[in-house]
Amino acid sequence: MSAATGWTVASTQAALRAKKVSAREIATEFYAKIERRNPGINAYLTLSRERAFAQADRVDVATACGEKLGPLAGVPIAVKDVISTAGVRTTCGSKILETYVPPYTATAVARLEKAGAVILGKTNCDEFAMGSSNENSAYGPVRNPVAMDRVPGGSSGGSAAAVAAGLAVAALGTDTGGSIRQPGACCGVPAMMPTYGRVSRYGLIAFASSLDRIGPLAANVADTAAIMSVIAGHDENDATSAAVPSPDYTMEIEQSIQGLRVGVPEEYFGDGIDSQVKEKVLAGIALLEKLGCRRVSLKMPHTEYAIATYYIIATAEASSNLARYDGVRYGLRVPGATLIDMYRNTRERGFGAEVKRRLMLGTYALSSGYYDAYYLRAQKVRALIARDFSEAFQKVDAIVTPTAPTPAFQLGEKTSDPLQMYLADIYTVTGSLAGIPGISVPCGTTKEKLPVGLQILGPHFSEARVLQLARAFEKAGGFVI
Amino acid sequence: MTISREDVLRVAELAHLELTAEEIELYRGQLDEILDYISKLQQLDVTHVEPMTQMSFGSAEPAASSSASPHEAETDLREDTLRPCNIADAVLEQAPDAAKPFFRVPKVIER
Repeated sequence: MSAATGWTVASTQAALRAKKVSAREIATEFYAKIERRNPGINAYLTLSRERAFAQADRVDVATACGEKLGPLAGVPIAVKDVISTAGVRTTCGSKILETYVPPYTATAVARLEKAGAVILGKTNCDEFAMGSSNENSAYGPVRNPVAMDRVPGGSSGGSAAAVAAGLAVAALGTDTGGSIRQPGACCGVPAMMPTYGRVSRYGLIAFASSLDRIGPLAANVADTAAIMSVIAGHDENDATSAAVPSPDYTMEIEQSIQGLRVGVPEEYFGDGIDSQVKEKVLAGIALLEKLGCRRVSLKMPHTEYAIATYYIIATAEASSNLARYDGVRYGLRVPGATLIDMYRNTRERGFGAEVKRRLMLGTYALSSGYYDAYYLRAQKVRALIARDFSEAFQKVDAIVTPTAPTPAFQLGEKTSDPLQMYLADIYTVTGSLAGIPGISVPCGTTKEKLPVGLQILGPHFSEARVLQLARAFEKAGGFVI
Repeated sequence: MTISREDVLRVAELAHLELTAEEIELYRGQLDEILDYISKLQQLDVTHVEPMTQMSFGSAEPAASSSASPHEAETDLREDTLRPCNIADAVLEQAPDAAKPFFRVPKVIER
């Protein structure tokens, strides 16, 4: 239930089918609220009113004609601004794409719209999804609607804030090292990273191609499942998209979790974890036990190497992917006397500090003489981290951990220390490296009323089970434990 | 691990970044700190470990709890057939400087 608006996927479907409200009225209500609250929160960078109302009208005509409505008919959804939308500006939170209007739409967005969803606009994020606080956006930080002096997490901070503030029923985010789950935890909303290959990346503007995934943030687990059901599945336009059938998750989530073995890795509760976060997550695990799960203690010895591994692989891939921003084909161009000068001037002016830092790191890790010591070694350690998980999943059905070591931090608190900022992803990068699915669900709040996130990870393509655990946890009051 | 000013300049050139004097000093210090942290990977013995270069996973279902290890999924490539494209106009519309059907850039060949 979205406390902020009262609208959920289920309630919009019921109201529209009973003709108590039109899709246009729902969209109008959301835009009015966005106008009031977005100037303070800065969750949206671009509103797509024309596209939204055209879609709402299509839904209303279909309702009037008695046609069958799609599963997300009239549901207002926000889309992170790294996901392409034909005709709607897509900036990636960067000056280098300030005026970029994609000529095509991402598969995930196209599937949402085919299901009847109304795309309200594009949400703020760290530049090219690089960050854990949303402070790396060229268009200003997002404020956490739960505590306005705090960050919403990142990089999908705008998507998480939009859902938490009731400025959308749900949102699409992207997760490379925690960028869906960590902002979900910071803002107190469920947030899911699907298995690598489960949701098409076609139209997702690349940061680190072996890690990037699109997934939903929503007000409750049922809505998360409803969106997953629509966006998951094979897409011939993404060669890494998996040809694995995806179920209707909505039909699966109420299944019993009785007897499931839940692994708790000790490495996720060591140095650096906030004591209140630890206390809440342990209470969450106890609740799962009470619901019939069997707790199994785990050792995952390579966990401590995950951040180092991640920041080599992600930056190396980014240095390659972001080579395309050179002022030639799209986006910003800053003139120069020669072609190389034009490239360099454009990139100097167009990229922000964190993007440059990561391009430097990634280029260094791939450069001649360092490749074996950094990139190749990181790929080997990545295999060890993935093996920790595959061995763990011989013994358990799912793994439960904190999503982030601390609740949302103050704006500006970590901006001068990149390494400290990177450590905000310490519990999320592991699942990213292993390619497995995970969800962050709210798990109570600290004394300061800041949300805590509990992360549930499962084997590849086990989204249904991860959602079942999340749903049982929600139903038993885990979100407000 | 110590990153020198020359290292920073070399990497910036490879990455096509034109850094200001302040940025050179800032990144030198920060990259030094980050690479120092990353050097912990050198502690591990990875002699017999194959690098993870493949991100294709098979289904965990139906034996979900026992087959989670990544393995190469069946290749699922689409047929290599010609399809209408006709996107040149839409693409060139986004170009900072286009002379249809080309992108215009500073002269690269001196005669």
